[in-house]
Amino acid sequence: MKTITVRYFAVFREHAGVSEETLNLDADTAADVFEQTRDRHGSAEPNGHCKVAVNDRLADWDMPVDDGDTVLLFPPVAGG
Amino acid sequence: MMQITNAPIDAAALQATLANPSAGGYCAFEGWVRNENEGHEVERLEYEAYEPLCISEGERVIAEARAKYPFLEARCVHRVGILELGECAVWIGVAAKHRDEAFRACRYIIDEVKVRLPIWKKEHYVNGDSGWVNCERCASHGIDRGIEK
Repeated sequence: MKTITVRYFAVFREHAGVSEETLNLDADTAADVFEQTRDRHGSAEPNGHCKVAVNDRLADWDMPVDDGDTVLLFPPVAGG
Repeated sequence: MMQITNAPIDAAALQATLANPSAGGYCAFEGWVRNENEGHEVERLEYEAYEPLCISEGERVIAEARAKYPFLEARCVHRVGILELGECAVWIGVAAKHRDEAFRACRYIIDEVKVRLPIWKKEHYVNGDSGWVNCERCASHGIDRGIEK
């Protein structure tokens, strides 16, 4: 198990009811974090439409996550 | 230069910051809050951004534009918070030696900003509903959780 801080944005934050929480997850990659927090962020989107950052850097979904990392889950973006 | 702001965008003041005696062309794009989207009457918009990554990714986009279409000066500003109809949500200005680089760099920057920066837009409709744009397939879209309405 790894201790991961997960941050939720926009619709994910509204669904989770919190902007961030620290969880013990059995996760190897950013995609694992997305899947294991599905009940929290509530996304039925394939994670390809969402974006992820690990420790404030945009990352690919197969980016490894380590104990103590912060994973930012971004719903589909809509700037402009 | 990439910037996120919760203050109204002053296009004239921003344009002035790009002044360059070598510039023969200037091109700007402004994105405005419109009163309709996909059949819904929109009353106002609410933008949220994750600023640290908007800045780093926005600077990367501007650097890419400079490499492809060498310009002299460029700047992008995106609003966050509640915006009323007609307000400017995003402003991009490019000054270049010639018009072609200015047009192309401006277009490149807005197109990339829209798909790459962590910015989200919530539409508030005239009928009282609201919804996050592009999140139609997110589970909670359109569901009243006591927050959205």
